[in-house]
Amino acid sequence: MNIIVLVKQVPDTSEVKINRETNTLIRDGVPSIINPYDRYAIEEALRLREKHGGKVTAVTMGPPQAVEALKEAVSLGVDDVVLLSDRAFAGADTWATSYALSQGIRKIGDFDLVIAGKQAIDGDTAQVGPETADMLGIPFVAYIRKIEQVEGKKMVAERLMDEGYDVVETSLPALITVVKEINEPRVPSLKGKMKAKSLKVAAWSAADIGADENKIGLRGSPTQVVRIFPPSPRGQREILSGSVEEQVAHLAKKLKAQSLI
Amino acid sequence: MDYLLTEEQIMIRDLARQIAVEKIVPVRAELDEQNKFPRDIMKSIAQADLYALFIPEAYGGLGKKSLELCIVVEELSKACLGVATTYASSALGTYPILLYGSEEQKKKFLPDVASGKSLVAFGLTEANAGSDASGIQTTAKLEGNEYVLNGTKQWITNGGEAELYTIIAITDKSKGPRGASAFIVEKGTPGFTFGKKENKMGIRASSTTELIFNNCRIPKENLISKQGMGFIIAMKTLDSSRTGVGAMGVGVAQGAIDESISFAKNRVQFGQPITSFQAIQHMFADMQTQTEAARALVYSVARFIDSGAKDFSRASAMAKLFGTDVSMKVTTDAVQIMGGSGYMKEYPAEKMMRDAKILQIFEGANQIQRNVIALDMVREATRAK
Repeated sequence: MNIIVLVKQVPDTSEVKINRETNTLIRDGVPSIINPYDRYAIEEALRLREKHGGKVTAVTMGPPQAVEALKEAVSLGVDDVVLLSDRAFAGADTWATSYALSQGIRKIGDFDLVIAGKQAIDGDTAQVGPETADMLGIPFVAYIRKIEQVEGKKMVAERLMDEGYDVVETSLPALITVVKEINEPRVPSLKGKMKAKSLKVAAWSAADIGADENKIGLRGSPTQVVRIFPPSPRGQREILSGSVEEQVAHLAKKLKAQSLI
Repeated sequence: MDYLLTEEQIMIRDLARQIAVEKIVPVRAELDEQNKFPRDIMKSIAQADLYALFIPEAYGGLGKKSLELCIVVEELSKACLGVATTYASSALGTYPILLYGSEEQKKKFLPDVASGKSLVAFGLTEANAGSDASGIQTTAKLEGNEYVLNGTKQWITNGGEAELYTIIAITDKSKGPRGASAFIVEKGTPGFTFGKKENKMGIRASSTTELIFNNCRIPKENLISKQGMGFIIAMKTLDSSRTGVGAMGVGVAQGAIDESISFAKNRVQFGQPITSFQAIQHMFADMQTQTEAARALVYSVARFIDSGAKDFSRASAMAKLFGTDVSMKVTTDAVQIMGGSGYMKEYPAEKMMRDAKILQIFEGANQIQRNVIALDMVREATRAK
């Protein structure tokens, strides 16, 4: 089974400080790491390969130094890497990023599954996974916490929900995003680290992947950042249990106590 | 201090450190408390190719030497000596095959050691044969194409968990020490069972059991080298592995320093952090100086061995002796600095102190190391005359 893993190089947010005046991240001097959720994606791809054979390819889009994220992926055991890097990609929002990634994936061609982390810890949008799937015209399933079964062109997996989980069946190829509950990522191997050290990666440019120049980079990005602010915290929640009658009685009592009814 | 490690040695150190931080530190207290063998960690160590480290490339390994092994052992020991002992004992058990095994034996057994599929144990000690290895009573008798083993080995690290056991047994009692031989015994061989798991003061993550041989038949091809070579193989094995025990001492000492200084920085008494008191400062200064001296000695001896030295008994005994005596002192001082907290199981210092004690005892008690060193000195002085 051939698997493509989408990885993103992000600033190590445990090291990031915030500029209190502009409310933006101070990225200078902050070390770059593989987006932590992507490490679960890589681990799951490697486990599927160990079980079903095939090949794992890690793909990233970013500046030339993003090759470090790919090297880390190689040290963990992925077979092949693709770096999408071109000045024309600069300034891309999730839409333009997804377009570039989908074009890169098309060029790679033969694949059964694309895995990505549920979101990146810098942007936190969780949009690139679903958008890329949409552009590739393949099914998308988010928040996978367990892959139960892969058989032929079909996969059964558990999708983590706020309360419990769904069991989802999808045809393959598909794109899934994974949550941290899915596995415990391995540490790199020495042989992998040695291989990564001498790895030479030739970047694919916008032309290489046949990208429409109006759909990439800043020009291809419909998003406009108007304001950045932290989301308001979720309020207190309570899940009622018992029979319907009990729940209704309980709810009515609560609402009355708050003078809402 | 910079020990002029190569880029590759630094890579190895960083990888071992990553395993220590990500996989060992979060579970070490639980492993200690529950006397629990660290199977998942051993899997990570295998996956990271750290078992391949000390196996020659021809047998699926990476062909690294003593220094690299010491670096890994030191990093693991910083986090948990029980885990480090489990790993290092596998190397100890493999040395007889590495040093004296036939080409066939190496081809048959080493690739699985390199991949981490086979954990290895070394079986020398018995109830009546500790420091005095000539007291061995386990026997091996050649019958046709098989050796028949009978007897009981005691306090064997990785007992029950290892797939391969290198065993020293007597093949000819009349020849005294020259009547011992070394064998490879695979787990699952009929007549080979394990006694109870020992309940130890420290290194509780490691498994320590008896090995019981009751008419255990092994193919005669499992004899290492020749009959009568058992003691020489055992002694050369211990010579090779002892430096690693010194590295364990350095690791656990450094781990204890790191824990106690980060505690002391935040521990306020008389209105100031206790690190501002000279009494505490001087303790730290001594602890780090001794640990650094031990590290320098361990690395030097490892490099000496790796340079192809033939006789390094004295050197490796000094590395073991000094590194482990330092570890006992430094871990005890770390507990002292941390005071009541240091004595509590909420902090790792007390575990480090309990763990460190074994280093002065196993792989040749430190009194035996002094014998080895002094004997070699006297021999040299006699030759010089």
